[in-house]
Amino acid sequence: MSNTDTYEREGVDQDTVEAVRTVGQKYKYGFSTDIEMEYAPKGVNADIVKLISKKNDEPSWMTDWRLSALKRWEKLVEPNWAMVNYPEIDFQDIHYYAKPKSMEKKPKSLAEVDPKLLETYEKLGIPLKEQIILAGVEVGVDGTQEQRKVAVDAVFDSVSVGTTFKTELKAAGVIFCSISEAIREYPDLVKKYLGSVVPQSDNYYATLNAAVFTDGSFVYVPPGVRCPMELSTYFRINAENTGQFERTLIIADKGSYVSYLEGCTAPQRDTNQLHAAVVELVIEEDAEIKYSTVQNWYPGDENGKGGIYNFVTKRADCRGDRAKVMWTQVETGSAVTWKYPSCILRGNESQGEFYSIAITNNHQQADTGTKMVHLGQNTKSRIVSKGISAGFAQNTYRGLVSMHPKAKKSRNFTQCDSLLIGDKCGAHTIPYIECKNNSSRIEHEATTSKVDDDQLFYCHQRGIGEEEAVALIVNGFCKDVLQALPMEFAMEAQALVAISLEGSVG
Amino acid sequence: MLYINNLNVELENEKKKILNGVNLDINAGEVHAIMGPNGSGKSTLSYVLSGKDGYRVTEGSATFEGREILELSPDERASLGLFLAFQYPVEIPGVGNMTFLRTALNSQRKSRGVEELSAAEFLKIVREKAKNLKIDAEMLKRPVNVGFSGGEKKRNEILQMAMLEPKMCILDETDSGLDVDAMKLVAEGVNALRSKDRSFLVITHYQRLLDHIVPDVVHIMADGKIIKSGGADLALEVENNGYSDLLAEYN
Ligand SMILES: Nc1ncnc2c1ncn2[C@@H]1O[C@H](COP(=O)(O)OP(=O)(O)OP(=O)(O)O)[C@@H](O)[C@H]1O
Ligand SMILES: [Mg+2]
Repeated sequence: MSNTDTYEREGVDQDTVEAVRTVGQKYKYGFSTDIEMEYAPKGVNADIVKLISKKNDEPSWMTDWRLSALKRWEKLVEPNWAMVNYPEIDFQDIHYYAKPKSMEKKPKSLAEVDPKLLETYEKLGIPLKEQIILAGVEVGVDGTQEQRKVAVDAVFDSVSVGTTFKTELKAAGVIFCSISEAIREYPDLVKKYLGSVVPQSDNYYATLNAAVFTDGSFVYVPPGVRCPMELSTYFRINAENTGQFERTLIIADKGSYVSYLEGCTAPQRDTNQLHAAVVELVIEEDAEIKYSTVQNWYPGDENGKGGIYNFVTKRADCRGDRAKVMWTQVETGSAVTWKYPSCILRGNESQGEFYSIAITNNHQQADTGTKMVHLGQNTKSRIVSKGISAGFAQNTYRGLVSMHPKAKKSRNFTQCDSLLIGDKCGAHTIPYIECKNNSSRIEHEATTSKVDDDQLFYCHQRGIGEEEAVALIVNGFCKDVLQALPMEFAMEAQALVAISLEGSVG
Repeated sequence: MLYINNLNVELENEKKKILNGVNLDINAGEVHAIMGPNGSGKSTLSYVLSGKDGYRVTEGSATFEGREILELSPDERASLGLFLAFQYPVEIPGVGNMTFLRTALNSQRKSRGVEELSAAEFLKIVREKAKNLKIDAEMLKRPVNVGFSGGEKKRNEILQMAMLEPKMCILDETDSGLDVDAMKLVAEGVNALRSKDRSFLVITHYQRLLDHIVPDVVHIMADGKIIKSGGADLALEVENNGYSDLLAEYN
C-alpha cells in the first residue's frame, strides 16, 4: 500500500466526523415522499400472486413458479430460533404490492421517470442521473484521483425505477437490469439460475419472497469479462404498511468479476414494516463477486417503536473451481435483523469471505452471521464479524462453519469481536462448527470489550467531543471490515456508524 | 495564565481526599516544575485540571485565562488551549495516529471558529513536526499508541502537543521511560514551543529533565498540597537529598 493510499484511507475517518457534524437529524433518511401510489389489496393469496405477476407482465412459467412457492409457504410456520423478539406479524395485514402511479406505464428511459421519484433519490444522496453518478472518486494506485463510475438500479417500494449506464454495460456484455425486466427479456438465464441457490422452499421468508417478490436487480457477467464499473442498487421503502420483497440474482460466469453494492433506507414510521429479500449469487469457475451492503433501514425510535423487520436470505454458490465470493455488510438499521449471508464452497479451491459490522442501539435487535459450507477440496473461508451494542440493544453473531467429508485440506478462520457501549445492552456469539474430515482446519477467535472511559477521556482531552470520540473509537474497532468496502461505501459506512450511535453515551 | 486557588479534591466514589488546598499561579510564558513523592497527588492535579471524571472538587477554583474552567467539559478545556501529556498514554486500536491528530486538531479549530486544515496542509505540518521528534511515517500510520514502546508513546504525546499548539501544557512524567537521546529530543520539542504566550507545568521525578528544560519555578508537592516553592536549584536539592528534609521542615 502506498503512503498516499493509506493516508487517504485515514482521511476517510475525518470525513466521517464531518458527515456527523452536518447531519442534524438522527435518521436523515426519515422523510417520506408524497407520491400517489397504487396498492394491491392487503394480504397474500393466489389472486395477489397472480396480480403481481400480471403487473410485471410475466410469462406463465413465472406465475406458476410463484404459485407453487405460495402453496409451500402456506404450509410453513414462522421460525423462532433466532435470538430476537417481536410481536407476531400478521402477514395478511400487509400490502404486497405498491407502486408509484407514475410508473403505470414503464418508463423507457430515466428522462421519463417521475421527477418526484428522482428527487427522493437525490435527497438520499443517490446519484441516479448519469451526470451525478460520476461523483464517486477513488484514489488510484499512484495516488492520482481518477473518476469512477457506478451504475445504479433503484427500487422504490415494489418497482425498479431505472437503471443507469445500461448502454455502456451492454457494450461490455454485462446485463444489469431489474429482475422483472430480466424475466421478460432473458427468460433462459432466469430459468436456469433463479432459485438454484436459494430454493423456493428454503425457509419461511424466502418462500414467501418467491411467491410475492415484486422487483429487484439482475446481473449477468459473461465469461472472462471484468465488469467495467461498480454496480449498485438502492432500495427504499416509502409506502406505509407495505412489505418489500425484492429478489436479486447475480451470475458471474467463468473467469468474470463484478463488484456490487446495495444500499437501503426507509422513512420514519410508527408501525413496523417487513422487508424479506432474497439474494442469490452464482459464481462459476475462476469468477469473483464482491457483494457489499450498507443496510440503514429505519431502526425505530429511542423507545423501540416502529422500524423495519429485516428478514433476509442471502447466499452465494461458488460452483466452479477457484470461484471467489466476498460478502461485506454494514448493518446499522432495522428494528430486527435476521440475516446470514452464506457461502457454499462447492468448487475446489473456492473461497468465501464474510466481513460484517452490525450496530444495534436503543432497542434494536440483530441476529446475524454467516454460513460457510465447505464441500470442495482446499476451500478457504474467512469470517470477520464486529458487533457493536449500545442502549438496550441485543446483538448476536450466529455462524456455521461446516467441513464436509470431501472438503479435504480446507481452512476456516473466524474472528468475532463484540464491543459494548453502556451496561444495558448485550452481545452474544454462537458459533456452530462441524468437521467431517480430518485434514481441515478451523480457527475461531472471539473477544468482547467495552468502550473504555480512559480512551474517551484521552480523546476529549485532545478536544474531541463526546459523540465524535465514540464514533472514532468504534470506527477503529471496525477498521478491518471498513477496509473491505469499496471506497465510496467506506465513507458512507463510517458516517452511518457515527449516526447510529448518537446519544449512546453521556 | 493558570491560577489555582485552594483546590480541594476527593474521589467521587469513596470519601478519600487527595488534594488538600493546592495554590499555584502560573503566568504566561513561565515554566513551572512540580516534584514530589509517589502518590502525593501530582497526576490527580493534572486530571482535575483537564476534567477527568471520578473526582469531586470540594473547595477552591482554577481559572485559565480569566475563565473558571472546573465546570467545563474536557474537550472545551482542550479547545481553550489546555493540554495534558499523559503519564500513561492510552491505546486506541484501529484509529490511525494521523486520523486521531487531524480529528483533534480540526475539532479544536472548529470550536474556536478557525477554518479546518485541509488534508494536504495537515499532512505537510505533521510530517515536519514528526521528523523533528524522529517519529517516522510508519509510526504516524499505526493505531494510536498501540504497540508503541514506552518512549515512543511519550514522544507521540509531544508530537500531539506540537500539533495542537496549546497555551497551557501540562507534562506528567513525560521523561520517565525515555532514553538519554529521546529525552533530549523531547526537551528540544518543549523548548521549541516555549514562548511568551505559552506556559508549562512539568511534573517530574528527575532533575535531569530540568537541565534541558530550565524551569522558572520549582514546586514540591506532598500529601496533596504544595509544601515549598523555589527556583531551579530546588530541584537540585531534591536530587541530592531526597524529600525527607523538605518534609521534616514542612511538618
Ligand atoms: N481513582 C482513584 N482511585 C483510588 N485512589 C486514587 C485514584 N486516583 C488517585 N488515587 C490515589 O490518590 C493518590 C495520589 O495519586 P496520584 O496519581 O495523583 O499521585 P502522583 O503524585 O501522580 O504519584 P506518582 O509520582 O507515583 O505518579 C494516590 O494515593 C492514589 O492511589
Ligand atoms: Mg503520577
